[in-house]
Amino acid sequence: MPDGAQETGIGASVRRFEDQRLLTGNGTYVDDINRPGQTYAHILRSPHAHARIVSIDTSAALASPGVVAVFTGEDMQVGGLPCGWQIHSQDGSPMHEPPHPVLAQGKVRHVGDQVAVVIAESVHEARAGAELIGVDYDVLPAVMDLKAAAAGGTLLHEEIGTNVCYDWGLGDEAAVDAALAASAHVTEIDITNNRLIPNAIEPRAAIAEYNGSTREYTLYTTTQNPHVIRLLMGAFVLSLPEHKLRVIAPDVGGGFGSKIFLYAEETIITWASARIGRPIKWTAERSESFMTDAHGRDHVTHARLGLDADGRFTALKVETHANMGAYLSTFATSVPTYLYATLLAGVYTTPIIFANTRAVFTSTVVVDAYRGAGRPEATYLLERIVNKAARETGRDPVQLRRQNMIQPDAFPYATPVALTYDSGNYQATLDSAERLADVAGFAARKAASEAAGRKRGLGYSTYIEACGIAPSAVAGQLGARAGLFESAEVRVHPTGSVTVFTGTHSHGQGHETTFAQLVSDQLGIPIESVEISHGDTGNVQFGMGTYGSRSLAVGGEAIVRATNKVIEKARKIAAHILEASAEDIEFADGSFTVAGTDRSMAFGEVALAAYVPHNFPHDTLEPGLDESAFFDPANFTFPGGTHICEVEVDPETGVVEVKNFTAVDDVGRVINPMIVAGQVHGGVAQGIGQALLEGCVFDSEGQLLTGSYMDYTMPRADNLPSFTVATETTLCAHNTLGVKGVGEVGAIGSPPAVINAVVNALSDLGVTDVSMPATSQTVWRAIQDARA
Amino acid sequence: MPTVNMSVNGKPASGEVEARTLLVQFLRETLRLTGTHVGCDTSQCGACVVHVNGSSVKSCTMLAVQADGAEVVTIEGLADGDSLNPMQEAFRNNHGLQCGFCTPGMVMSAMDLVNRNPGATEAEIREWLEGNICRCTGYHNIVKSIQEAAGNMGD
Ligand code: FES
Ligand code: FES
Repeated sequence: MPDGAQETGIGASVRRFEDQRLLTGNGTYVDDINRPGQTYAHILRSPHAHARIVSIDTSAALASPGVVAVFTGEDMQVGGLPCGWQIHSQDGSPMHEPPHPVLAQGKVRHVGDQVAVVIAESVHEARAGAELIGVDYDVLPAVMDLKAAAAGGTLLHEEIGTNVCYDWGLGDEAAVDAALAASAHVTEIDITNNRLIPNAIEPRAAIAEYNGSTREYTLYTTTQNPHVIRLLMGAFVLSLPEHKLRVIAPDVGGGFGSKIFLYAEETIITWASARIGRPIKWTAERSESFMTDAHGRDHVTHARLGLDADGRFTALKVETHANMGAYLSTFATSVPTYLYATLLAGVYTTPIIFANTRAVFTSTVVVDAYRGAGRPEATYLLERIVNKAARETGRDPVQLRRQNMIQPDAFPYATPVALTYDSGNYQATLDSAERLADVAGFAARKAASEAAGRKRGLGYSTYIEACGIAPSAVAGQLGARAGLFESAEVRVHPTGSVTVFTGTHSHGQGHETTFAQLVSDQLGIPIESVEISHGDTGNVQFGMGTYGSRSLAVGGEAIVRATNKVIEKARKIAAHILEASAEDIEFADGSFTVAGTDRSMAFGEVALAAYVPHNFPHDTLEPGLDESAFFDPANFTFPGGTHICEVEVDPETGVVEVKNFTAVDDVGRVINPMIVAGQVHGGVAQGIGQALLEGCVFDSEGQLLTGSYMDYTMPRADNLPSFTVATETTLCAHNTLGVKGVGEVGAIGSPPAVINAVVNALSDLGVTDVSMPATSQTVWRAIQDARA
Repeated sequence: MPTVNMSVNGKPASGEVEARTLLVQFLRETLRLTGTHVGCDTSQCGACVVHVNGSSVKSCTMLAVQADGAEVVTIEGLADGDSLNPMQEAFRNNHGLQCGFCTPGMVMSAMDLVNRNPGATEAEIREWLEGNICRCTGYHNIVKSIQEAAGNMGD
């Protein structure tokens, strides 16, 4: 871009409009909001992973200074927190859906489960009150081990008679077994995808307020999808009509999936705000974030990949135990099924695949979507097993990938696991990544490391993901209880400025900038004339929110379509005023012109005319210029790419240092390259975090050992290098922008590249497997085990 | 309850606090300066960093009474009207923030670093940021922002 400061169109790195307020301390996050007469809630949580509640005595708490009210599950008889996706087991039976109480009903099922709420004049008084609540627990054995829990033993939800939520399958198991039996070689792998704790830096928070005269509730909450929260809380839990419940998500400090879900705390205070007739504020302490934000990943998988004598993949069989935690969180059930097994073809031509997922209840925090959600688990499995197959059959892992890749001319490509990829060029991302990573110079760098007593390794991941969630018809067939379209309204004001209402929500993604680029480009008006509004059900018509890298591919497309409607309406207005027929009006660069003449009107003039309709023929032309659109995509989008990681390992200490990380991603058309690169950086950091640093640990009693930043290793600046990122573009075939989505690619593609690099570095020491997180202790052990 | 007096962003500020009130609580709740954030309860995240007498301090690790008489500068005290200071401008120019929640602490911490070590290398910047966690950016653009602000690009 020649002129960065001026250029605002598609493809320009426009600096973000959000930044002025966020850089000056003028952002408005939920905890920054205070309402007159506000009280404070503190949640009393279970100290046990599994226990029956014998009795709760709240009398001392109620008498404690400043305490306004105390409520327990007995007081709060409302619906349970709903699960939005129904999965059927292989035998056709629907999944088990035990109640997910907002406040415990007789039993607690994980450390941190909500037992009571204390509402007081101050946070201190609420906390002090909670300490005076006497709960008599009958402690039961914790249900911790996934496979053991699946097999039986102590039941977390006795009423369903099992700890297995569902036993789901995709594909033809007998055919896959036969193909594996006939394969020249079968590579087997046992792999764990480590449990992660999302850790958006803003802790969850909410303020609920009830207006007794209008009977309206207003909830400010840290969510990625305010309309979804309104629908779930209003319709399924509290029986509140949607027109009496307004949900506002102002500036939100990161989500990564963890702020999609309907949570107990926001529900409790909304309910209680009407009981006490005062606003109630709740802000999570970080320790509460650790034990109540939905965790991510947590799969244990056994897989077998068949190869023929030439190295072609013949079949893949994948058996996974997926941890649900103690209850079903909002989208938990879809993650290890339709967001996971459908990606097991990856970028390869494997002809048949069978996947079986058993979802299991344990006495742990709920598990749900976390950046990537299912797709990182699929990618990690595939990219590890491909490397292992290469090693076992004496092939070069990159050649084996190339040999099995879907060719650029094969699109649309129908996989054996229910998806049709619309476009892609995996070879191009691989070529480009190899160039940028200077793979040619690796041997020399490795020799230099070797001379210094270090082991250097190179690891690849050639991945694909499905996002732009989602075509409602497909999602509906697969069990989604919601449509997954997006909506937009483009409201042109009389003076020609524009407010765009989007149902997506930005919590770091820069929608206020990217979406303004789209509309200013389309309408030919200055970008400063376009304002993006989101996050308030009182302003925005409807929305499904932001997750699954959907905001641009689905929400952006809705904006484009609404803007097209604005142009069509404006064309009619211009035609009327210029006394031409609408077909003869051309629109370009912000002007409506009668074709072949110099008679024209600027967009702003048409806008003014729309609201000053002095001589409109009202039977054929309505005043006003305000249009909306709902967009439901025809397919998922399929970003893909190649990540190459280069590490150096100290064989004496097991310390791994990421020396270079190269990501070349195909995310479709790029609207704002600066923001796209930033999304990749953040995702890669989370992926490197999963691979090397992060891991949630519970003890055998269900106590969360990694419950703070002292114990759970977040990636810090000095754990990471600067990254090399680039894009290779093929256009998405089923949205007019050609965009695919970029929010998750970094977190999906990167973990196997890191682990493959560590294994590669240590291969001449005999190490063939290292598990995540590859901490120095894990790596040191792997080295010692290989030496022994 | 003790009364504290301090200068905050160049203006006198005072208030009654409990002995246990943290500086960050005094700033956010008493003075309603909500640009300073709270991201943890173990003094690890750095979202709460402010300057006390010219040095960066995690305001969740200091009692309000300990700041009695001090000169405190928060994120709200950096810009001159609408014009950002050079560190803020560098963050904007290099996309050094996404959700913005860690940002006030990052900016305050980075300013202290550049004051102490204007020629900081990338490695020194990364080491300095140990006490500031960002979940969004992967730090890449934060480091770039600080390098630009320090006039240290290409180091
Ligand atoms: S709030 Fe996290 S370090 Fe102060
Ligand atoms: S920008 Fe979101 S935590 Fe740093």
